[in-house]
Order: sequence, then C-alpha cells, then structure tokens
Amino acid sequence: MENQNNSEIENPKSEILHVPTMSQMVAEGKQPEILFWVGCAGSFDRRAQKITRNICKILQHVGISFAVLGTEESCTGDPAKRAGNEFLFQMQAMTNIQVLDGYGVKKIVTGCPHCFNTIKNEYPGLGGNYEVIHHSQLIQQLIDEGKLKTEGGQSFKGKRITYHDACYLGRGNDIYEAPRRALELLDAELVEMKRCKTNGLCCGAGGAQMFKEPEPGTKDINIERVEEAAATNAQVIASACPFCMTMLTDGVKQIQKHIEVLDIAELTAKANGL
Amino acid sequence: MAAQIIFIIILAAAVYLFAKNAGRVRRNILLGKPEDRSDQLAKRFMVMLKVAFGQSKMGKRPLAAVMHFFIYVGFIIINLEVLEIMIDGVFGSHRIFAAPLGSLYGLLIGGFEILAILVLVACLVFLARRNVIRLKRFTGVEMTTWPRSDANYILITEIILMTAFLTMNAADHKLQLLHYGHYIETGKFPISRLLSPLLPEGPATLVITERVCWWLHIAGILSFLNYLPYSKHFHILLAFPNTYYSKLQPKGEFDNMPVVTNEVKAMLDPSFMPENIPASRFGAKDVTDLTWKNLMDAYTCTECGRCTSVCPANITGKLLSPRKIMMDTRDRITEVGNNIDKFGKDHTDNKSLLDDYISREELWACTTCNACTEACPVNIDPLNIITQMRRYITMEEAQAPASLNNAFSNIENNGAPWKYSSAERLQWLDE
Repeated sequence: MENQNNSEIENPKSEILHVPTMSQMVAEGKQPEILFWVGCAGSFDRRAQKITRNICKILQHVGISFAVLGTEESCTGDPAKRAGNEFLFQMQAMTNIQVLDGYGVKKIVTGCPHCFNTIKNEYPGLGGNYEVIHHSQLIQQLIDEGKLKTEGGQSFKGKRITYHDACYLGRGNDIYEAPRRALELLDAELVEMKRCKTNGLCCGAGGAQMFKEPEPGTKDINIERVEEAAATNAQVIASACPFCMTMLTDGVKQIQKHIEVLDIAELTAKANGL
Repeated sequence: MAAQIIFIIILAAAVYLFAKNAGRVRRNILLGKPEDRSDQLAKRFMVMLKVAFGQSKMGKRPLAAVMHFFIYVGFIIINLEVLEIMIDGVFGSHRIFAAPLGSLYGLLIGGFEILAILVLVACLVFLARRNVIRLKRFTGVEMTTWPRSDANYILITEIILMTAFLTMNAADHKLQLLHYGHYIETGKFPISRLLSPLLPEGPATLVITERVCWWLHIAGILSFLNYLPYSKHFHILLAFPNTYYSKLQPKGEFDNMPVVTNEVKAMLDPSFMPENIPASRFGAKDVTDLTWKNLMDAYTCTECGRCTSVCPANITGKLLSPRKIMMDTRDRITEVGNNIDKFGKDHTDNKSLLDDYISREELWACTTCNACTEACPVNIDPLNIITQMRRYITMEEAQAPASLNNAFSNIENNGAPWKYSSAERLQWLDE
C-alpha cells in the first residue's frame, strides 16, 4: 500500500480500504504492528465513520500494518464510568481486556480521545497494559519521522484554521501539541480561539452528556464554543474527537455560519490526496 | 511587668484556642474515607513547592496574581517582624533584633514597610474589585452574605494590621529622632516617615501611639489566627498540605473502585477469591462517604471562583457551580462535626450532602471537562466529588437520567451506547 498508483490519487474515491480484523490476521498467522481501536462513534456515527476511513487511509498510506477488532470491539465503558456506573464500566473494561490480551495486542491507536483516555489510564489498574496513542499523536509521529508529508492533495495554504482542544486529549492528558503539529504541516494560517489549550472550552459532550439532553440553562455549550470559533474568522474548525465533531457541526449549523468542521485525520488525508 | 504577663496570657490563649479549633477541622477532615496518598514523596513535594509556595497557577490572571503575590510575600516576610514582636512582648524588650543586626535591621524594617504598603494597596484593590467593580467571579448563588462578608473582613483586617504596623513605626521613628528614652535610632523607615507629619509632636502621646499600635498589631494578628479556622482564609495554611496531596495521575483518569473490581471479577471468574475490602455504600450520598482529601479540598477552598468562571455548564446558565460544590461540602462536614460535638458520634440529622445541599440537576450538568481542576490555584478537585455523587445516584439508587439508563442498557446489550448491533460494527468500511 505504500506506493499509491496515480489513478487513485486523482480519484481518491476509487481507493479501496483493506482493513483486516484481528481474527483474520491471526487466522493467517500474522500479528499487526498496531490495533486501530475505532470506537462506537467511529463505527456507527455517519459523520465519524468518515474520520475512521481517513485514519485507515493514513495508516495504509504510510504502510503500517494494522487491524481492527470489528464485531469484537465493544464500548470502552467511558460514558458509563463518567455517569457513575462503575459496574458497567468495569464489566466492559474486563471483557475488552480479555479480547485484547487474547490477541496479544501491544499497541493501540484510537480514533477517539475518550477511548484513548480510558484504555490508556483506566485499564492498567484492571490488568490491561498497552501502549496507547491517539490518532493525532500517530500523525505527529509520522510527520516527525518524515513518513507523512503534505503532497499530492488539497492545498490549505493561507486558509484560516482554528483547533478546538478536546478535553480528554488536552487537560485530560496534556496533549496540546500533537494535533497542532498536524495542522502546522498544512501551511495554513493557524488561529487560536480565546479559550485554547489548558483554557480550552468543552464542546458540551463529555461526561456522558453526549447521551443525554443538557440540563436547563440559558445557552447550549456548543453554541458558546462555535461562536468563539466564528469570532476568529476561521474557515475551518479542526477537531480530534468524534463527540466534539458532532457538537461543533451542530453548533455551526445553528448559528448559520459557513465554517467547515474537519478532523485532524481528514485534513491530513486531504492534504495528501488520500 | 504587668504588660508582659498580659501579653503572655493573650498569646497562650490565642495559641490554645487556635490549636483547638484547627484540631476540630482536622478531626472533621478525618471523618472522610481513607485514601492512600502517601506515595511519590519527591514528586508531591515538588508539586507543593511549585503550586503552593511558587503560586504557579495564579499567573493565568496577571493582575490578581501580582496583587495576591504582594499579600502572600508580605504575609510570609512580615512574620519575621511578628517574631520580634513576640520576643519583645514576652521579655519586655524593645526592638530586640536592632542591636544584633545593626544596619541590616534598618534595611529589613525598610523592606517590611515597602511590603506593608504593597499589601495595603493590594487589599484596597481587592476590596474595590469585590464591592465597587463587583467582578462577576465574586458573585453567584453560593456567594451569600457570609462568604461576601468573610472576604471583606479579611481584607479590612489586613488593612488595619498594616496601618497599625506603619503607624507604630512612624511613631517609633519620630521618637528615635527625638532621642527619647529607649527609642534608639534603627533605620530610615522609608514609608512610615511619610506619616510623621500626621502624628502628634509630644513624646508622651507618641509613646502612647506607638504602644497602642504595637498592641493593636499583635492582638490583631492573634485574633486573625483564630479567625482562620472559621474562614475561607484557612487556605493560607491548608494550601500547602492540599497541594502536597494532589492527584498525580493524568486529569482524565478517574479512579477504579476496588470494591466494584472485586464483584466484577467474581462475576466473570467464579474461582476468583475476592480481596478483603470493607463494605460501604457505592459512591457518596453524604460528606462522610467522601474521602479525607475531598474534605481537605473543601476546607482549603478560598472561594475565588476561578473554577466556576471557567465551568462550561455555569457559563451557559446551568445550575452547576464547582465552587458551590466545594462550599456545600465544607458547610455540610462542619455541620456534621458540630452535631458530633453536640449530640455524640452516632447522631443523625437525616440530612445529606445530596439533595439537602447539592441538587441532582447540578451534578448532571457536569461535562467532566476538568476546566475547574485546571483553574484551581491550590489543586482542588470538585470533579471527584461530582463523580462520587453520580455513582451513588446511579448505582445505589438507580436514578440516573432516563436517557443515560438507555445508554447503559445499550452498552450492556450491544456494546455501544447507541442502539446498534455489534454485527454492524464494520459497516463504515462499505460506505
């Protein structure tokens, strides 16, 4: 997969994704370099599915051997834990750990900061020890190793892009630079919102809010956030979390602004014509 | 001699009372559940040094940081002066450090005076921010009469203390220039000399002024010491242990409940031998279900409102205010402690932190974004209390919001918070 042929670059839609599952790999006696933990949003949410495919395209493009769990993947338990259902969380965690250990998984990349945080920080105490990275960190690594460039794709030169920090990447795990590194490579004009990095404002979906109506208030949090993004005159809001993606996309629609909301993986893939 | 005896009696009484009341706060904190934070001593010490001693998290709001720094340094350094006052008070001496320190003494007093005037200015600015400009951060439902008065009392007391200190020096300086009695020349008094024209000329009234201010200063300090355990100002002491016992894990990591691990392991593996963990209620309904660290957090809170001002729920008009969570926790544990003192250990007042103090609507508004914990200058963790209370509601009462209960059953049945079958997990491939 490392060498893309020209027709695929010209017409990226024709590219066929080759994504094996762990069980297929094992049946062939192979062990992938890394497991791609897709997450529930990445699997089922229409918008997030696009991000998932882009992460796969990047992995394929640089020639990393990877696999997914497919139907064997299950919720990490993050929303259950944040909502106070520790039983359900630990049930999910221990079942997932059994599956992961069964396949001898060592390294995991996730498409979601919530899955990332849970597997990286909360699974070790329950016996699940893996090297876990978020896809923005993977992209940063690939850039730093010179494996990922911006060539052959859409140019973002001069475009105003603002990055929205996901809570569970930023404050939750001190990852502020990796996603920004991916954006720097685009040669775009990076603008920061007033509340960014450690001061970043939540999109409103964390802590299981994604799965409930917000409590009564004067405003929805995502509106507060997209208004702030709009104030930067950015043409693109970059995000790195499928929940933020939903909240920001809804917000932009509601305030009727023409701002694109794109994941770091999508921007990277576009810039490389993937 | 009489003055010395009175001084010693006042000092002893003040220290005794303080020890007693601080001891009561300590007892209240220890009503919380055990939690081991005795690991990683070096790292903990560094966090304390950086966050409490070095005030590293104050810098996010530069004006407040500078003003607070004046008061903080003033407090620490002017305490050297208080040491001298104590010795003078006990032994009936006057400026006992003057002779041994020589010219250094004059420099030190000069330094104290500059700090004193900076503290005074900072306190005036802070008073103006609270009472004239009325910054939004110092308002809110939880900022009722007492918290607002508490803040003003502290600032006014500090202004009185600094004024007494400077007036005392001014009178002393004037007496020194008159070569009156034991008032030997000890320095230039750079700030207080400016007050000289305001003071009477006669040596006798000057001595009275000097003595009154001396007593006012030390009595003020000792009263202030005894005010601390009843006030948000207790943070000047608790900031240090509280940052030492900070959570050291990444902010995103929530603790795994060992008691649940036991049960889940036993469910998944019938041969599993459960570890011996004392049974308790799941999560927190009342303050005594929280850990001692949660309660120390509550007593450390100085109600600055940085947490609430960055809380996405609060900003968008929801009921949740992380500062209120901390203040409610402190008020409730103080109430529980007072009940123990009055009615004995087993008394129950049929009240609890949940519902009587903190409503469910507040708890369910949290997005667990960690903005509050990031903002807190002394590493208080309101999110941990919110999580424990959610655990009680969800696991003990099964009263989570219906939509969350739906998500739970989806996770249980099909491994995703939405109602999609796990057989469809690879559908994104075919889009």
